[in-house]
Amino acid sequence: MQISLIVLAVCAVAVILMYNSLIGKKNQADNIFASVDAILKKRFDLIPNLVASVEKYMDHEKDILRKVTQLRAQAMQSGLSDEEKISLDSQLTDALKSINIAMEAYPDIKANQNVIHLQQSLNEIEEQISAARRAYNQSVTDLHNAIEMFPTNIIANFMGMEHRTLFVIGSKERENINISTMFKNQ
Amino acid sequence: MKSTSELTDFYYKELYPSILELEKQRKAILSKLEAYGFAGIVVFIILALFIIRNFGFHSMFFVLVIITMAISTVIYNFLTSGYNNEFKERIISPIINAINQNLNYSQDFFVSQFLFERSDLFTHSIDRYKGNDHVKGIIDGVDIEFSNIHAQYKTRDSKGREHYQTLFHGIFFVAKFNKNFRSKIVVLPDVAQKTLGSFIGGWLQSNNFSRDKMIKMDSPEFEKQFVVYGNDPIETNYILSHSIMQRILDFQKKISYPIFISFVHNYIHIAIDTKKDLFMPNIFKSLLDFNQTANYINSIRNVILLVEELKLNEKLWGKI
Repeated sequence: MQISLIVLAVCAVAVILMYNSLIGKKNQADNIFASVDAILKKRFDLIPNLVASVEKYMDHEKDILRKVTQLRAQAMQSGLSDEEKISLDSQLTDALKSINIAMEAYPDIKANQNVIHLQQSLNEIEEQISAARRAYNQSVTDLHNAIEMFPTNIIANFMGMEHRTLFVIGSKERENINISTMFKNQ
Repeated sequence: MKSTSELTDFYYKELYPSILELEKQRKAILSKLEAYGFAGIVVFIILALFIIRNFGFHSMFFVLVIITMAISTVIYNFLTSGYNNEFKERIISPIINAINQNLNYSQDFFVSQFLFERSDLFTHSIDRYKGNDHVKGIIDGVDIEFSNIHAQYKTRDSKGREHYQTLFHGIFFVAKFNKNFRSKIVVLPDVAQKTLGSFIGGWLQSNNFSRDKMIKMDSPEFEKQFVVYGNDPIETNYILSHSIMQRILDFQKKISYPIFISFVHNYIHIAIDTKKDLFMPNIFKSLLDFNQTANYINSIRNVILLVEELKLNEKLWGKI
């Protein structure tokens, strides 16, 4: 009788610990995603200024600028799911990279102090976003491991925990940004 | 920054007169050490035989061993200290100046205990803190300083006697970091996982109550070598970008000693656990020996090169 009580108590403690660990991992992923969101918003604030500053120089890239503006408007809508946010972030990152590349062809833009300042701020934010994406991916990987591994997968199944979408980390994000490479022709 | 071969040329050409004088001095000290050593061994054997014959393997024998070791250390330090100081003044100081003229070298100074404790690399309290061979200056616009440090803490044995245990003995390096950050990040050698395996070791590391939260990094190779603690996962990833993790790994491959790194208050702190003083000459090896020379030069160069290795001199957007 006593032995079965002890076994039951041990099982109950194990279940509580596993449950708390899963909740901890889920909250960690949620918190980091909230931080990713906050940093993405900082980038949204800079985009209108950047577009306004460069559009007068860029005659042939109106489409890219329009696309950036549209993506920003879409990403700022309320009620977006995490998957949609991740997808829009990826598209916006690509579009901003296209602007960066296109700017290389315009010496006037590269000499404009306002654009230089905006670029500096944007690149700093890009680095922060990259770090936030990596931190989020790591926390989601931890959560996925717990959801898939025995015995936590049993509790996770009961709790209805699901897999989440990961950010795609591009090879360019694996490098540090520095001024010399951005304005090497200046 | 001068290359190792340029510095070797400098060593053999510019410093040659000093080397010859010091080499003479070294040989004279070595002969004295040999003579004292021989006399010491004879006295030790006579006393040891006397004790063993009259008292057997008594505790007095062990007292004799301890006294002999203590006297040997005192004699060795007495004979070599002048040579060590002169070696540092006439060889090490010019080499440091040849590497970079903006660096100041001082034999007696060392990095302050405040900076050592601020690094938070070692959580144990410190009861004795000393050091030497302080190098300070600006390399490519980056403020750096480093020195030998020997930090110890006190323990008491069952009889209440005090002993000093070494907490850290090696090079301690501090430099301004090229990113702004608010949180604290500590990178330590991954001893637990290497010795106890990933399951038990990993569990012990993640439950280290003297540290902040363990943060897993997305570089398997880095994770194998180091364990990272921090209070902000995003800022930890911001500081430990893929490129800096790779540079830390490359630096670790280059030196055979364990390294401890922390990022606190916009500074990077690096402790290299050499378990000895970096610039101490080896009295038993000739100053004209090429390998020995290369060893002295590389030891100094590797530490100063940290600025280039970790690209601390590259100004990033956030620091403009």
